[in-house]
Amino acid sequence: MTSTDPDLVPPARAGRRPSRRLPWRDRAVVIAMVAVPSFFVLSLVWFPAVLSVILSFGSWNGIGDVDTIQWIGTQNYQDIATIYPPFWPAVKHNLIWLGFLFLGPTLLGMFLAVVLDRNMRFSRFYQTAFYLPVVLSLALTGFIWQLMYSRDQGLINQVLGTDIDWYGDPSVNLWAALVATAWRHTGYIMLIYLAGLKGVDASLREAAAVDGASETKTFFQVVFPVMRPINMIVVVIVVIESIRAFDLVWVINRGTNGLELIGALVAQNVVGEASRYGFGSALAVIMMVISSVFITLYLRVVFRQERER
Amino acid sequence: MSPRRSPLGQPIPPSAVATMAASRRRFLQGSLLGAGLLASPTLLTACGGSDSGGGTGAGSTVKFGINEAKGSGPAYDRLKSLADAYAKKSGATVDLNAVDHNTFQENLNNYLQGSPDDVFTWFAGYRMNQLAESGLISDVSEVWPIDGQGDSFKQAATASDGKQYFVPVGYYPWAVFYLKSTFEKKGYEPPTTNDEFMSLMQKMQKDGITPFAFADKDGWPAMGTFDILNMRINGFDFHMDLMAGEKDWDSSEVKQVFDTWKGLLPYHQKDPLGRTWQEAATSMGKGECGMYLLGTFVVDGIPDQEDDLDFFTFPELDSSIGATALDAPIDGFCVAAGGKNQAGAIDMMKWLGTAEAADAANKGNTPLIAANSGADTSVYSALQQKSAEVVGQATDIAQFLDRDTRSDFASTVMIPSLQKFLQDPDDIDGVTKSIQQQKVSIFGG
Repeated sequence: MTSTDPDLVPPARAGRRPSRRLPWRDRAVVIAMVAVPSFFVLSLVWFPAVLSVILSFGSWNGIGDVDTIQWIGTQNYQDIATIYPPFWPAVKHNLIWLGFLFLGPTLLGMFLAVVLDRNMRFSRFYQTAFYLPVVLSLALTGFIWQLMYSRDQGLINQVLGTDIDWYGDPSVNLWAALVATAWRHTGYIMLIYLAGLKGVDASLREAAAVDGASETKTFFQVVFPVMRPINMIVVVIVVIESIRAFDLVWVINRGTNGLELIGALVAQNVVGEASRYGFGSALAVIMMVISSVFITLYLRVVFRQERER
Repeated sequence: MSPRRSPLGQPIPPSAVATMAASRRRFLQGSLLGAGLLASPTLLTACGGSDSGGGTGAGSTVKFGINEAKGSGPAYDRLKSLADAYAKKSGATVDLNAVDHNTFQENLNNYLQGSPDDVFTWFAGYRMNQLAESGLISDVSEVWPIDGQGDSFKQAATASDGKQYFVPVGYYPWAVFYLKSTFEKKGYEPPTTNDEFMSLMQKMQKDGITPFAFADKDGWPAMGTFDILNMRINGFDFHMDLMAGEKDWDSSEVKQVFDTWKGLLPYHQKDPLGRTWQEAATSMGKGECGMYLLGTFVVDGIPDQEDDLDFFTFPELDSSIGATALDAPIDGFCVAAGGKNQAGAIDMMKWLGTAEAADAANKGNTPLIAANSGADTSVYSALQQKSAEVVGQATDIAQFLDRDTRSDFASTVMIPSLQKFLQDPDDIDGVTKSIQQQKVSIFGG
């Protein structure tokens, strides 16, 4: 909801020389190039974000003008922390989501990319196969997994002869959803990483091979460091994906009963004809604060490394 | 996975997911931003036609927004034939704007505050009242009284200010469904008293049949069970007061409902939270379960067994309360206050309430029954006839939990709370206390 997309923020350029006087046309171009993106960043990112923050201190059902908003101070935040039972489970689930995505599908996707990069036979076929889940619409994804996980008629229970309630039992459904997410996320990471690997200068590998480095060593000591920008992108993608994760649980059961995620709670509160915009906004602000923490950390790392160059 | 039959709007069919992108953007769109940057037309109005002139009758255009997407089956066909029949009758052009059911509901606020269609499909009860109180729908009291629609329908169409804002077209009861073949084979009889009810369930268990099919993955079906138990134990008036936020959820009355429910859970299918109602209907269709408490749309889950399907009203639990109340949600139409052609809309509303309109709608195999008593019932299926009979006998008709109370309370508090209860039926105190705290916060006191 509050798009704090770091990609939209133009990275500051360290160490710029004081500008000379430019011809008016160049100046106009520069001004336009600065003004237009700033305008979009402000209006599409900061303006809605600030509005969310303001709204989070009110109670509003989305009907009528701004003056129908009742300002209730931090009531929404207090309620969220104290009497809103899904909130703390949601925070926990988001963290589990983050940890799982990193350790599972992200590493697996990177591994697959490295393997597929070796020009093996049918590599095109494998690429397509792994990437296919990313292309499928979520509606279809939800449907496919419903066929797998259904307690009474699902494939998994039929094959294993069990009657585990994959989607209904709150102690297993998060993991069931994570597996379904992994199914999509792996292909996504694989493709990004594969694209990065294709861009690595072949002469680096040749040089490493000439020096007698093993394949593993070549990867970890030569290729991996060169891939730093891609690695960073992967990190950011995983963090963002896990904080805003919501679509799959929304398809499964609208983010209730063991599948609470902050994103789903925001949606639950602002979707529908009698919405709790204030309450939903407060949840969104919390979500924004959490993502900002990660993004600040990321930007600090990036800037520090830029400076060290 | 039938995306069509979602009378309560809660089950989430695939199409709803596609709307989320829009919904997340939505709260910015309202009046705060006005015609600003993000005020892209909503999904709903996108399909509408060009400007429509005012006026009624031949030559005028009435925009008609319906909550069933094109090709979504009998529910769409029903509304389409209504639109066609009105166009033919009045000579007006009916500009049909067909939107997927959940998309329609999720974007309703935006839709009504943007450039809405003149007439649109909606529900009776608290949800209609909410729109009326916000001034989003027009007073249609000049349409009332409608010939063939009794007082109970007028009541259902009336908002808190005493005026009518709604015209009913059809409704369907929630009841206990069963397969005639199963009951005949085993010699079961539909129960009317609590004792008969208990002994029937025990007999079924002995025969290796789970008495009740049960599903609550989507969160709303269990509301039907809560409603009926509350109406049987505490009576209709208490139920409606509770829904309106005037009674406490941690009261001993409500606790008793949960306690009774807990006692009935062993007779229900296990693990309801992972099951969709379609799957539960299938288990009844296969004979694994004996009965299923649901709306008549259950037939959409087992369409091949429609002829074998029968039902009875939930038996009485307390003889001083009786078994005369039930959930029978009413569907119908409202006029958007923001619609351009108010006069044309009123004219169409007048017609929509008639028996003629009911007949025009009753073409497909709909599980709905007509609100107008003058409608031709000779074309009714056996199920429709029985529905009409059962609802006719009921003295008190509730809409359904999520139509009788604030929808934000129903969806953000009641769904998770009922699911919590089903997970852990022993913690009744905890669940009722949590509902009460949140109720106070939402209803404000």
